[in-house]
Amino acid sequence: MKAHRKQPLYLAFLLHRVSGLALALFLPFHFYVLALSLQGNQKLDSFLHWSQLPLVKFAETGLVFLLAIHLLGGLRLLALENLPWSNAQKNYAAIAVASAFFVALGFLLRAF
Amino acid sequence: MSSSAATSSTGSIAVSVWRGDARHGNFQLFQVPQQPSQTILDVVTWIQRHADPGLSYRFACRVGMCGSCAMMVNGIPRWTCRTHVNKVLRDNRLTIEPLRNMPIIKDLACDMSEFFDKWKQARGQFEGSSTRDQQVAALSPGLPRRRIADAATECINCGICYAACDVVSWNRDYLGPAALNRAWSLQNDERDCAGEQRLRAVAGDAGCHQCHAQQGCATYCPNELNPTASIAGLKRMVSQAWFNKGLACHPGKKCGLGKRHA
Amino acid sequence: MLEMRLYLAQRISAAILAPLVLMHLGLMVYAIQGGLDAGEILARTRGSLFWGSSYALFVIAVAVHASIGLRKILHEWLGWRGALLHGFSWLCLAGLLFAGLRAVAAVVLP
Repeated sequence: MKAHRKQPLYLAFLLHRVSGLALALFLPFHFYVLALSLQGNQKLDSFLHWSQLPLVKFAETGLVFLLAIHLLGGLRLLALENLPWSNAQKNYAAIAVASAFFVALGFLLRAF
Repeated sequence: MSSSAATSSTGSIAVSVWRGDARHGNFQLFQVPQQPSQTILDVVTWIQRHADPGLSYRFACRVGMCGSCAMMVNGIPRWTCRTHVNKVLRDNRLTIEPLRNMPIIKDLACDMSEFFDKWKQARGQFEGSSTRDQQVAALSPGLPRRRIADAATECINCGICYAACDVVSWNRDYLGPAALNRAWSLQNDERDCAGEQRLRAVAGDAGCHQCHAQQGCATYCPNELNPTASIAGLKRMVSQAWFNKGLACHPGKKCGLGKRHA
Repeated sequence: MLEMRLYLAQRISAAILAPLVLMHLGLMVYAIQGGLDAGEILARTRGSLFWGSSYALFVIAVAVHASIGLRKILHEWLGWRGALLHGFSWLCLAGLLFAGLRAVAAVVLP
């Protein structure tokens, strides 16, 4: 990574962008799976059966982390742009990452 | 201070310097004697005086006031006259390049035309309404708007924020942190009377809404200004104007900023 | 001033999404225990005006938000511009709206 990018708030930007991109790419698949129920409960259930696999549970945990960090990082940006300026942006970004991590951990613990 | 410590060299530094112009170039290695309290500008000057008189670079004041000597030092934009070698030296090596995001003229001198043109595009000029026959406006430095204007006013046009900004590199039209910071300062100046036109200028497609708050500008600004905060202020100002009165897309059609024309 | 409109649409959709995503996260953490079950999901959503309208709003906001975000990435990272960028943005919005509202209909309509 280029030297000028190695600062916490650039990494926060990158995390927000990459998480948003990954979530956007996941969306069509998410919608497709839900629409399976148009063909009946069994069709959806036969697919949801896959979610019992540990690998899928870890992947879901990853998605939960991405969604949580995109939400919390986005709230930081909304506050940055619309509230009086705060110099604690690095702290907020760190709190967002830590909180998203705990949300994902909570999901993982309940999934198994 | 002992005279020997002030004058004797303490080894040498391997300095990679960018040589070339807008079309082609490469790095050239120089061995430069290390001195106490040596700045990056001292290093570049030593190379020109003792190793290669053909090296081009730009400087003027040498004391951090004129903003002309900024370069990329180990990949980070810095004012070279106030950057001490021992603060940025890694493994006894230095890499010195011209500022990023601007066309290279030759070696370490870049063309700052677009940088200054964008100041004009963002309406960075102060526009007063009083004449020389009127009294000088009395401004209390404690007023809230004056404090905001003052916080953004100490820019020396060095171009470091512009070089640090990835949005500039991704979108060549983007006005950039310095020009927008200047616009924000003027938008909070009680004496300025071009607020409406300036708000329209910064709300354009190359304006404040491009900023992603990566804060490279604020991180590397040598005068510790915060263009990201200024740009956030402009975004708020534009949004307020848009929701309150309808920001005019074309001057003369529906003018929302300040007053509405029939 | 297209960019300003996109900025506003992006931030307004974000503000709408924030509480909905919070709800979605809470529901996921709650519902994952014991595994996902179609009957359990559909029992909650089928015929429910609350879930139907919440998810429809969710889909509309996310379609706007994601297509503007993707547009920005394609422009800044891949250099797309002009008709290609506009066309893709609209296609993205239409595709996400269609697929999303179809999914909502699938889980809500009896």
